[in-house]
Amino acid sequence: MAAQGSITPNPMPGSSRLSAVSGSQAKPLPARSSFASRFADKWFRGIITLSALSVLAIVILIAWQLVVHSDLSLKQFGLKFFFSSNWDPVAGDFGALPFVFGTLVSSLLALVIAVPLSVAAAVFITEMCPSWLKTPLSFLMELLAAIPSVIYGLWAIFILAPLLRTYVEPFLAKYLGWTGLFSGPAYGIGMLAAGIILAIMIVPIISSITREVMTAVPQQQREAVLALGATRWEMIRTGVLRNARTGIIGGVILGLGRALGETMAVTMVIGNRPEIAKSLFAPGYTMASVIANEFSEATDNLYLSAIIEIGLALFIVTLIVNAIAQALVWASTRGMPARAQA
Amino acid sequence: MTTGSLRVQRISLRRRAVNGLVTYAALAASIIIIVPLLAIFGYLLMKGIGSINWAFLTQTPKPVGEPGGGMGNAIVGSAIILGLSSLVGIPLGIGAGIYLAEFGRNKFGNLVRFTSDVLNGVPSIVVGIAVYGLVVITQKHFSAFAGGVALGIMMIPTIARSTEEMLLMVPRTIREAAWGLGVPQWRTTLSITLKTASAGVITGTMLAFARAAGETAPLLFTAFGNQFWNWNLNQPTAALPLQVFVYAISPFDEWHRQAWAGALVLIILIVVAVTAVRIVTSRGMYRGAA
Repeated sequence: MAAQGSITPNPMPGSSRLSAVSGSQAKPLPARSSFASRFADKWFRGIITLSALSVLAIVILIAWQLVVHSDLSLKQFGLKFFFSSNWDPVAGDFGALPFVFGTLVSSLLALVIAVPLSVAAAVFITEMCPSWLKTPLSFLMELLAAIPSVIYGLWAIFILAPLLRTYVEPFLAKYLGWTGLFSGPAYGIGMLAAGIILAIMIVPIISSITREVMTAVPQQQREAVLALGATRWEMIRTGVLRNARTGIIGGVILGLGRALGETMAVTMVIGNRPEIAKSLFAPGYTMASVIANEFSEATDNLYLSAIIEIGLALFIVTLIVNAIAQALVWASTRGMPARAQA
Repeated sequence: MTTGSLRVQRISLRRRAVNGLVTYAALAASIIIIVPLLAIFGYLLMKGIGSINWAFLTQTPKPVGEPGGGMGNAIVGSAIILGLSSLVGIPLGIGAGIYLAEFGRNKFGNLVRFTSDVLNGVPSIVVGIAVYGLVVITQKHFSAFAGGVALGIMMIPTIARSTEEMLLMVPRTIREAAWGLGVPQWRTTLSITLKTASAGVITGTMLAFARAAGETAPLLFTAFGNQFWNWNLNQPTAALPLQVFVYAISPFDEWHRQAWAGALVLIILIVVAVTAVRIVTSRGMYRGAA
């Protein structure tokens, strides 16, 4: 800031003095343009600052809107809202527990599937694969992030769910049915399908951040470990992954934040039934999908405000999750080169 | 000496085995990730391409049971909503990015940076609720305008952060050269710094645009959807992703077929828009350099 501030005003007095000198001799034009410029500079800075402020304003507006419109439900149910599993729009009794449960289970399932895969893929791309393969492979993974959520959902309904129903779920039921997690009728549509599609969607996020923080690990670290006689894997494990772990955890949490709030794809395959079931084959419901499905149907005010309260909870949770993730990623990508220099 | 070297070799055999195993596991993980990508694009082409024809691109949806009809109104609706969202998102996003890059080395700048990253993580459906409260309740009806505001808000953080990143890559000496010539700050920023970084800024903007183009959740209760042509910004408006969603969860085969076609059109439009802009800007950059 100090450097920026000291340099910026410098050209201004300089230029106005120059034009004043030349203006007294002949033409008033430069002097006038300099005055206009200084005026314009203030305006420019003002407008630019306003657009920066708009980011803060938007977040505050979102929070304010959510609180105002969930007021009715907040007052009526209080904290009990999140511990009751009764969702009865006709009787006007609302509890969000099944949705909280569905959101948590589907997101955790997605993490369980996505984290090993994306970290392994990031390791492969940054440390192992031949250099000609690096760019196309990372491009393909970035492409995965560009596919709209609704297209994931479409694919999951018509391709993934039938696949799960006919092959995967019977297989899991046969060999892992005793755990209780994989039992009951195989619909294809349900918690498992939601977890898998979420996993596919968060892989590019976790993987790209893992790649970023692994690239930020100084090359000397790798060379030092290799010089001690380590194999490549030992070098990656002790020299790279250990140094990058803060950032990797940040990436995982960022992926979690995305999974918690993901709406369309999940809504299309989770089955949308407000139940708490042990089996992953059973249909469920998430916070985001209940908003998507029932918002426009909610006719009375209490019903609408209960749905908006779920939105408020989702907002707060993702805010916290993202803040933590951001702090971790910043700490590891910014701290790393500085430490290497010191 | 010999026993020592023998022992080293025995250990390294096990270690080499682990090393090889991990390498193959990492390769397998990469393949497992790429498979769904190829499967999604493959099925989109296979199932969608047969249903794309002139009628699909130009007609409105037909009632259930009647064959034919299309998503012409949804394509136009998406274009209208995205145009509005660009009006909201691009100036504010680039403005915030300029602030962060040029004046943002202070506490307020860090706050904006952090808030913008957090806003990027706010679920799109939550943004939809907020815009419902701000615009739809105030206006008392769904509208393309509300949809545009919702998607515009989604675009701001991505554009702001990528603009900042690109502006910071412009060497400080170029700015100083302009100041040294007496060029005022605003002129330096707009015609020197921003122009030098324009290719990157436009790419970042396009990525935000592409992301907004596929967004469905915030449109559910802002633009709402429409079965007919609509050119009025104050009326409920159809959007391509919204239409794909409605058709996909319907029980009718004919609509499923159209959902695949709509999804394919959506992906093609996104890819074409992004590549076109990339080609144009990269040419511009070369011309500027030469």
